[in-house]
Amino acid sequence: MKSRSVGKSAAFVFNVVLLVLFVFPLLLVLLNSFKARTDIIRNPLALPDEWLWSNYSEAFRTMDFSYAVLNSLTVTILGVALITVFSASLAYMLVRWKWKINNYLLMALVASMIIPFQALMIPFVTLYGNLHLLNSKWALIYFYLGFGMSMATFMYHGFVKNVPKELEEAALIDGAGKVRVFGGIVFPILKPISTTLAILNVLWIWNDFLLPSLALIKPEDRTLPLSTFYFFGKYTSNYGVAMAALVLSIIPVIVFYFAMQKQIIDGVVEGAVK
Amino acid sequence: MYQEKTFFGKLKVFGIFGFIPLFAFCTVIVLPFLIGIYMTFTDWNGSASNSSYLGFVNYADAVRDPAFWTSMWLTLKYVVVNLILTNVLAFVLALLVTSGFKGQNFFRAGFFTPNLIGGIILGFVWQFIFSRVLVYFGSEFGWGLFSSSWLGDPDKALWALIVVGVWQNAGYMMLIYVAGLIGISGSLTEAAGLDGASWLRQLFSIKIPLMIPSFTISLFLTLQKSFMVYDTNLSLTKGDPFRSTELIAMHVYNEAFVNQNLGPGQAKAFILFAIVAIIAILQVSAMKKAEVEA
Repeated sequence: MKSRSVGKSAAFVFNVVLLVLFVFPLLLVLLNSFKARTDIIRNPLALPDEWLWSNYSEAFRTMDFSYAVLNSLTVTILGVALITVFSASLAYMLVRWKWKINNYLLMALVASMIIPFQALMIPFVTLYGNLHLLNSKWALIYFYLGFGMSMATFMYHGFVKNVPKELEEAALIDGAGKVRVFGGIVFPILKPISTTLAILNVLWIWNDFLLPSLALIKPEDRTLPLSTFYFFGKYTSNYGVAMAALVLSIIPVIVFYFAMQKQIIDGVVEGAVK
Repeated sequence: MYQEKTFFGKLKVFGIFGFIPLFAFCTVIVLPFLIGIYMTFTDWNGSASNSSYLGFVNYADAVRDPAFWTSMWLTLKYVVVNLILTNVLAFVLALLVTSGFKGQNFFRAGFFTPNLIGGIILGFVWQFIFSRVLVYFGSEFGWGLFSSSWLGDPDKALWALIVVGVWQNAGYMMLIYVAGLIGISGSLTEAAGLDGASWLRQLFSIKIPLMIPSFTISLFLTLQKSFMVYDTNLSLTKGDPFRSTELIAMHVYNEAFVNQNLGPGQAKAFILFAIVAIIAILQVSAMKKAEVEA
């Protein structure tokens, strides 16, 4: 029993050391975000000579932080909402109406999941560029529906099968329409899997860079990763402001993490293991 | 109940529940995929209305380009090293955060944190660490290893990318291994313990064999993620110095959008897709065979 508790404390100490190493890069960014450029060059490990809060206001202004966050929020929330509602409804149709074509549709969706974005991006840009659809965040939201719906539909498909049919039939006999049955009975029952999918899709869309970089041309449409990227293109020499910009870009997702830690970790595991 | 008799009735159900998502699927994935196939066999560049059939010329151009193979070779090195280091670290982390002390969830959350942050931002964070902090360490404490920035050294820049890749993904894979470890029935290890099996013996004879499914998933995901990495590559090194860190996803991007070679670029993208798919299928089928029943 004694050796076991020694083992436990050793594991604990080792854990602390590793965790410190793990978050060290992020802590250094935070520390240096308060410093002047010369201060950083002299010693990036020391506390600031003078705490420069102005780095934050400058970064906030130069990277159009409020626009970027608003764009990211719009794209993420609407994208996730569309994927959730439409994937669930498609899965419902595929499970409940036993049309012959449904099996082929599901197979096509599953097959499409192995295509990486890199194999689609060139024709994608060629096609939508020619149609002049590559310059709005509303188009981007639609693209996220297209790219995200196959995985979501596939996962919903397994869960819709377990929804007791009798509940729906009773409601249909009582005169509820199909939309009412789906919206009022089926969709609420699917809530656990909806939460998992929403979390996976929030993390994906919020952090995505390549698709917005191809689909958004106007600077005022830029999402947070995009505006961080363009900001760094012109601002690398002023480290203090650059570090403040990084901290600003990281804050929203950390806030989200603090609020939903358990759901995020469970959701990621469930999504990966399924 | 769910058997619409008339064609109109079926159409209505389809219109309500299936039309929008399937329309998005067709326009965003299927159509670009078909156009992609078309592009690899023609010189169509999207704007001109006429294009001519080229056969396999684009594929031939793609595989004859030495830069393509240099980049592919770099990527393979990156993938293999990343695969090993990420999963070893992730497995160790998983063992540590399930060893039974208080506050394990806090540590799990901490190790997972890098994964929440987008690749572009992670790349910039580490650009600062490599070019400022480590160089400072090097000059202050006389460590030759860090005397100059890794990002400027063609031999070390790839290692910088690997460090970031491992740091980013280890926490994610850890969660998968934690799920696997928790799934092992306690009675098995308890029985082995009573029979006198050491901790190490239990690990290698019971835990690891029972966790093959976790390894299958985790290796598959690491493989895919590291083959397709683009954001961190772009923000950490941009492929520099001297294209010594231009991984394959970036190479395809540059070929198509910087050099404007759409046909050969698309051919390269499909070759990449084929290679990743074949490796992933081989890996998963080989590991499925190794699975054991508890």
